[in-house]
Amino acid sequence: MLDYGLKNRELFPETKSDGTVDIDLSSGKYTKVWQGPNHPGITGNMSLELTLLGDEVMESKTHVGYLHRGFEKLMERRRFINNFPLVCRICVPEPDFNEYCYAAALEELAGVEVPENALWIRTLILEMARLQSYLMWLSGQVGAFGFGIPSQWMLYCRDRVLDMFEELSGARIYHIYMLPGGVRDNLPKGFKAKMRETLNDIVPLLRDYERVVFNNAVFKKRAKGLGYINPDWIEEYGITGPNARGAGVPKDVRKDNPYLKYPELEFLPVTETDSDVYARAHLRWRDVMMSVDLIRQILERTPDEGAFKADLPSMLHWKIPAGETYVNAECTRGEYGYYIVTDGSGYPRRVNVRGPSYTHAVTLAEKMMVNCNIADVAATLVSLHTYPPEVER
Amino acid sequence: MERIIENIKKQFPLQDVNSDHGWFITCEKKDVISLLTHLKITGGFTHLILITAVDWIEEDRFQLTYLLNNPQLKIRLGLRTFIERSVWPDESEMQSAHHLWPAVKTYQRELHEMFGIDFPGSPEVNDPLILEYWDDIPPYRRDFDTKKYSEETYFPREGRGSNDPAEYMKSQLYPNEGGKSQDFPQEISKKSSGEKNA
Repeated sequence: MLDYGLKNRELFPETKSDGTVDIDLSSGKYTKVWQGPNHPGITGNMSLELTLLGDEVMESKTHVGYLHRGFEKLMERRRFINNFPLVCRICVPEPDFNEYCYAAALEELAGVEVPENALWIRTLILEMARLQSYLMWLSGQVGAFGFGIPSQWMLYCRDRVLDMFEELSGARIYHIYMLPGGVRDNLPKGFKAKMRETLNDIVPLLRDYERVVFNNAVFKKRAKGLGYINPDWIEEYGITGPNARGAGVPKDVRKDNPYLKYPELEFLPVTETDSDVYARAHLRWRDVMMSVDLIRQILERTPDEGAFKADLPSMLHWKIPAGETYVNAECTRGEYGYYIVTDGSGYPRRVNVRGPSYTHAVTLAEKMMVNCNIADVAATLVSLHTYPPEVER
Repeated sequence: MERIIENIKKQFPLQDVNSDHGWFITCEKKDVISLLTHLKITGGFTHLILITAVDWIEEDRFQLTYLLNNPQLKIRLGLRTFIERSVWPDESEMQSAHHLWPAVKTYQRELHEMFGIDFPGSPEVNDPLILEYWDDIPPYRRDFDTKKYSEETYFPREGRGSNDPAEYMKSQLYPNEGGKSQDFPQEISKKSSGEKNA
């Protein structure tokens, strides 16, 4: 039997200058493996077509399309307000960023002024959404390495945050609390106290998580040095969010193109320098702590009473003047944006959703998987934090 | 930003500069690749946010938009161009920009599949990205009718009514504004809304 391993490199095909290799499938050396679309290590419905030599990946191709629902097309056939139940379904774990970007783009095009209260409440909702999405990721990342218990802790924390969403909007996942012109209502009575209590309850668990996971010998051994992203790739590949900040590039839309009330809050983008799976996991953990701090600051300053919604004409007859705009926000994975073109009618002409996973899951993942061990593919992909629905919209 | 636009104007003929809701400049099809290269290399617009197309079927043309970001100056610029809209099965054609950013090839693959815009020379541009075995009109073109497609492809489930959302909401929420509430039997519309929620 041939020994495919680190010692015996002459059996491996030569890598050409452009990073590709010639793979002759008929030689019998290679194995094709489909990781996904039904695989616990894949985040959602996508699949990787891996060509293996021994247990090393020679070539990877991302296949999406298992979840295509044609949102952008459907939106062109619906009135502006009818699109709200659609946009939040583009990204299931983080619907609020879609709602915000869509609403803000319409306000920009229609020239609607949003009241102060609504801006604070929107900031609060976006931070809570960030918190719950990160908590789910922290659970999933250690889950990919086989840690069951810390994973469950984080899901418990996420459930506590979802409870607060239920308190606020009546829904756990799809809140639709933001609308064009503002939000549905002011914060309910007693919400601030309950939110503070929730934060006080989840912070000790987060500290336990750090002690258990980031000091764990197995996690360190497997995650350090794995899934390296070269800082030179950041601009080339359009990498944003934690994947860029993990490489030491402080890319954060909240600081770069400030929106809502972020300019009035005190925070600095978290960065790490190692740019591997371990660094990105630690960065996201620190981001969670920052998010907790931001929510505390926002709760301090959100007014209890006052106007929360601008006066708008009947939504069914709402026509927006012709124009085009791009509105973006920093979600947990990077830059989330909506490019909307209107033609003066009651329907959008074109809506294009820019999800950060579009570049991360396809071009970047295909590059990063090469020479990766098959056992590490799941961990690397989870560490990129990709959601396929953003790719295929 | 005005200074950057002035600089671009000196070197490239621009058809339109619009700053109503963010900066968008329009240039001719033949200048796009050289202008993109210029913006990337000397203008500092190193980050490509997205590439997308808009179908202006009335004017028989596609609009292509390249959104760029300058991470140093923290500014955004949209570059627009108009290309001829061919009638399917003929494909419109545009020069490829895959050599500038590796991520471009994915966008171009999607545009080829969804709008029928070909980018000769772009890697894997003929491979399907999202749709497999699709031989109809590219579905994001305006003349592709989603309703007709779904009626032909899928069968209706028994006992389900369907209604136009705008009309239905009018009749339910604003009955005084002249909604056609008599179009569907009341019980079917109730049942269908219940099923959708479930």
